[in-house]
Amino acid sequence: MYKYDNYDQAMVNARVAEFRDQINRRIAGEMTEDQFKPLRLMNGLYLQLHAYMLRVAIPYGTLDSRQMRMLAHIARKYDRDYGHFTTRQNIQYNWIKLEDCADILEELATVEMHAIQTSGNCIRNISSDQYAGAAADEVTDPRPWAELLRQWSTFHPEFSYLPRKFKIAVIASSEDRAAMRLHDIGLELVRKDGELGARVFVGGGMGRTPMIAPEINPFVKADDLLSYLEACLRVYNRYGRRDNMYKARIKILIHEIGADAYRRQVAEEFAHVKTLGIDPPLAELERISAFFTPPAYDAANVEPDRKDPDFALWLDQNVKPHKQAGYAIVNISLKPIGGIPGDATSKQIDVMADLAEKYSFDELRVTHAQNIVLPYVAKRDLYAVWQALRDAKLADANLDLISDIIACPGLDYCSLANARSIPVAQKIATRFADMDRQRDLGELKLKISGCINACGHHHAGHIGILGVDKKGVENYQLTFGGSGAEDVSIGKIIGPGFDEDGVVDAVEKATEVYKALREGDERFVDTYRRVGLEPFKEAIYG
Amino acid sequence: MKLLTGNDLGSGAVTWWTGNGWSIHVEDAADVGEHGEAILHAEEGARRVNAPYIIDALPTENGPRPAHIKDRIRALGPTVRTDLTLKPADPAAGDWII
Repeated sequence: MYKYDNYDQAMVNARVAEFRDQINRRIAGEMTEDQFKPLRLMNGLYLQLHAYMLRVAIPYGTLDSRQMRMLAHIARKYDRDYGHFTTRQNIQYNWIKLEDCADILEELATVEMHAIQTSGNCIRNISSDQYAGAAADEVTDPRPWAELLRQWSTFHPEFSYLPRKFKIAVIASSEDRAAMRLHDIGLELVRKDGELGARVFVGGGMGRTPMIAPEINPFVKADDLLSYLEACLRVYNRYGRRDNMYKARIKILIHEIGADAYRRQVAEEFAHVKTLGIDPPLAELERISAFFTPPAYDAANVEPDRKDPDFALWLDQNVKPHKQAGYAIVNISLKPIGGIPGDATSKQIDVMADLAEKYSFDELRVTHAQNIVLPYVAKRDLYAVWQALRDAKLADANLDLISDIIACPGLDYCSLANARSIPVAQKIATRFADMDRQRDLGELKLKISGCINACGHHHAGHIGILGVDKKGVENYQLTFGGSGAEDVSIGKIIGPGFDEDGVVDAVEKATEVYKALREGDERFVDTYRRVGLEPFKEAIYG
Repeated sequence: MKLLTGNDLGSGAVTWWTGNGWSIHVEDAADVGEHGEAILHAEEGARRVNAPYIIDALPTENGPRPAHIKDRIRALGPTVRTDLTLKPADPAAGDWII
């Protein structure tokens, strides 16, 4: 894992001191809320329905046990004993007091954490593949590149006041586990004739105008990557709309001028930027990469004993192949049946930290699907890990099944939401609680957003649910056919919306249609794509 | 009826104008009638409330009930964590929201 140097630490410490002063001035009445709001947002502090909410950055979703324990400590000391892991691989605390905020950030800084780039119209926290460094199918470890982008983007003077927020994802596998093409910039690291570079996709996103990012450049050499991204951002910063926040994202700019025109402008800008010497020298790249060398693997390739049926079920569903023989990737579900997707108590966070320290070379990942990953677990240790997870109520074997639901906080917490998301997730998970039933349905990604901003990624759900406000009453629209993976697609609205119970019934009817029509190993989304909407619509609206 | 609501600057807690101060309990909220804007500006200026706004509500025998579900959730707490609401001992308290 990357470790701060003196510059990194000094920057974060200075930011904490600066924000402490700003908070004190706000409390003393020397600043109005209008003056203070952009400052607190630059430090991840929102005002939500019930209290202040602090969003803490977890760069590319990677953290160690010391940092994870600090997250538990913050939950215990300053919040209500839990945290909420988000769809951008961060964590949010829902009950923060303004007067505590500087102390929290000061404590976070002691473990190289902060809340920078978690709000505002800047380049947000870089996201990545939660299996980075462990995936058998990656062409390289994307984390050094994600870290390089973090350093490039943090406090970038030109890009601190962009037309709108800007999200970047980096992957290095053909299998997309990070919804890469639904980001403002998606990078897929690839090799061409042995040389490392990136496919660059620009202009994707969800929100009120979902778009899949077109490929702007099929291969940018790794040596040119920062200059090329600088050019991408400069063109956006110059021409992105600032007159209408709903049309200010880069996806709208590219949609309006066309990918070809944008590509030409970026190429012209790149020719200039490349002369500025932005790309780091080899020594700096090597310095960063040295933090991400593979751990000292030493386990023999021993398959675990499957005689415990619950353990075997978990093995089959939540444990994934590792590129190193004798090791496995463990997915910890934060989706207990009837629970709140992404929430974990301080005790559970501590358990996961302990397991990472003992069994996963001290490393954890947060996934965009609101789960946690132990990336380097020896197969010989899987049973012990599972037992500890089971005791902490963290062993639900439902990864990628219908109850592994992504859900935003919705109207229970969020001031932007129009409808509640969590109760719908709870009812659907409860309806499908039977594991045999879930496993029979297979991979089925269900995602729920409480408003059109789409924090719950409903556009990318095989089944998506969008909560809307219909004359003061919660109403839920269903979409089918979305995907955030390598078969990326945007879901389509199937018809009129439903009330809370009605949408649960509609989801169940859709699964019955799928079961009746599926062929071979088809997933729900495959069957939908083959047969179209009509059979589903007929069953649901009859 | 009209209610004036906002958040406490320090804690962020939801607060309601009672006629002579602020309470975290919507049952204490007073009808501000036509005077909401004037009270809002005075209280915000005096830093006794953060991000205030005026809402519609209906009078009931148990006190004012905000017209919109968002403000009812603000008044009580998250419907999915009854233990964290203002009435944790009353599991049916959330029925008032829907």
